[in-house]
Amino acid sequence: MLDQLISSLTDGLLLGFVYGVAAMGLTLIWGVMSVINLAHGPIIALGMFGAYLLFTHLGVNPYLAMAPVAGAGLIVGLVIYVIAVHRVINAPHLSSLLATFAVNMIIIGVGTAVFSTSPQNIDYSLGSVEVGFLTFPASRLVGAVGAILVTACLYLFLYFTRPGKAIRAVANNRMASELMGIPSSRVLALSFGLGAMMAAVAGGLIATFFPFTILSGGPYELKSFVICVLGGLGHPLGALVGGLLLGGLEGLIPTFMPVSWVPVVEFGLFVLVLLVRPSGLFGAK
Amino acid sequence: MKRFGVGFAVVLSLSLILTSLTAPPGVAAAEKTVTIGFTASQTGKLNVEATRQINGLHLWMEQVNGAGGIKLPDGAVIKFADKFYDDESKKERVQELYTKLINADKADFLISPYSSGLTDAAAVIAQQYNRIMVTAGAASDSTYKKGYTLVYQSYTPASRYLTGAVDILVKLTPKSKKIAIIHENDKFATDVVKDLRKYAEQKGFKVVLFEGYDSATADFSPFINKIPADVDAIMGGGHFADTTTLARQIYEKKINTRIIALLVAPPEPKFAELGEACISVIGSSQWEPLARFTKESAQKEGIAWFGPTGEEFIKAYKARFTEDPSYHSAGGYVAGMILQDAIQKAGSADTAKVKAALDAMDSMTFYGRLKFATGPKDHGLQVGHEMVYIQWNKDQQGKPVKQVVWPAAGATAPPFVCPAR
Repeated sequence: MLDQLISSLTDGLLLGFVYGVAAMGLTLIWGVMSVINLAHGPIIALGMFGAYLLFTHLGVNPYLAMAPVAGAGLIVGLVIYVIAVHRVINAPHLSSLLATFAVNMIIIGVGTAVFSTSPQNIDYSLGSVEVGFLTFPASRLVGAVGAILVTACLYLFLYFTRPGKAIRAVANNRMASELMGIPSSRVLALSFGLGAMMAAVAGGLIATFFPFTILSGGPYELKSFVICVLGGLGHPLGALVGGLLLGGLEGLIPTFMPVSWVPVVEFGLFVLVLLVRPSGLFGAK
Repeated sequence: MKRFGVGFAVVLSLSLILTSLTAPPGVAAAEKTVTIGFTASQTGKLNVEATRQINGLHLWMEQVNGAGGIKLPDGAVIKFADKFYDDESKKERVQELYTKLINADKADFLISPYSSGLTDAAAVIAQQYNRIMVTAGAASDSTYKKGYTLVYQSYTPASRYLTGAVDILVKLTPKSKKIAIIHENDKFATDVVKDLRKYAEQKGFKVVLFEGYDSATADFSPFINKIPADVDAIMGGGHFADTTTLARQIYEKKINTRIIALLVAPPEPKFAELGEACISVIGSSQWEPLARFTKESAQKEGIAWFGPTGEEFIKAYKARFTEDPSYHSAGGYVAGMILQDAIQKAGSADTAKVKAALDAMDSMTFYGRLKFATGPKDHGLQVGHEMVYIQWNKDQQGKPVKQVVWPAAGATAPPFVCPAR
């Protein structure tokens, strides 16, 4: 029983790192511009296809493919911001919600037409890792390491670079930062681009574990919402910890009860955190 | 007299012209186009299996029409046209679309969508509007136990889908005791494993894990971690996408067991893309290209042969779609053949006459025997057809290759125990 518990917890935590990266993209966009990006799931799916296409057509190692996938994610995010979000950024939340939902539908529609909904698979195995009684796919370990690296890079960018500091300034007080000469429109666009980039990288990493379709981003978008609420909206490190918490729960719950209870517990926790600590575990009080 | 003769000639000519104008239609008018309506999961999770099913059906239709259609005893010729929509693999779309196919598109006969769940939703519409529906890709027994009289199944029912895997296990390792069953929580897979469990327990096995997963599951670790270390067999799965992922993760987790028998995915040629992870996996198949149902075997059993041989079907399918046919492809083709055979025997495309011909049908085809239950409790249930079991092995170059391993009479290779992982 203990073996099973530890195996399940390890599997869940390794996945949780990648969930954290996906949620970081969502929380960054919310934190900076108070926009709930409903195109988050399809961007994750685009990241999956980016890694897949680079691997199958150009023979690029799927982990090295994360760099071009991140670049493409950034560009996609910038384009979405300029076309669909910028004009409604100061409008009521419902406008930006509907705008990103429209983008969501467009990406899914075009993606379905181009890729169909047949499951695709990155046929690249790193084998399995055995540590004592534990056996898990090496790809999950590499995914977790990748997620930590991405988080570290984001942290360094936000805290030690000029554009990063500008993003934090705009997130803190947009009007004051504009008065200080920070071009807030460009910073907002960059933030949206970074959020999309995180989503695309998370998608690329997930594609190395599981088969996927253009619709596969949806469940990770939902998880991202739960994680953001757990960790605190607008708090990237909170997203990573929230991801680990969710991953751990997903691993542990099935040990004690049928798997169908996982979403019940997850969303129960979602409601509980909203009620008891609406700003999340790491958010400001 | 001369004037009378001219007048007579004029009247005769006119009457001949009139007769020719009002006569019953000639060859062109004796040709009737019968519309076959269906929905196809061109998008959504059932896309792989559904596309092959539709390919098979289209091939049949092209061949029948290309050969001049079905010639009935009264000289009429029946040709087929199709009308279909994408159901997006969603049950809620199916009922709406089948109603449209019947009322707006005037479909004369219906073919089911792929999968038991979608077919169950479509069957009620077929019965309600008095249309014959031949089902393909719809193995679940319960659809045919609802009192429908116009729904006919071409697949072996779900209750007999994986029971042969238990027989294989008994043959390979008679001392085996424990089976773990992990299955998709949908109608088809649930029906299969319910009967599988019953059969396994009758044979003295203990089912140590019996758990269902959601159709969209991508991470199977929580289920795989629950499998006891000393399990003798892992059985279950659901449809292509989830079952392929399950097989891959069982391999990655290095689970040791004697046999792994899964639904739907293993017989698909695409399953070989799993590489090492597909080796030793057993799957039940409605039909395999290796299967040898021939005119001679039909004659031996005293059953009428109908349609092309297996070789002819495979050759035509490969030429048309540049891929190997799977049992889903054969299922689609056979659904069309069933209608063709029944219309020919009925001598008409009238629903009541075709229904009578279907009720009386007992034919052997390249796909196997086709015969339907006609009792009030299970009308339309397939009772003639039997499953074959395949197992993936490596060929001399080390590439995955599948062999028919069960039933022994039709096997091309003996079954083997999973190698240690």
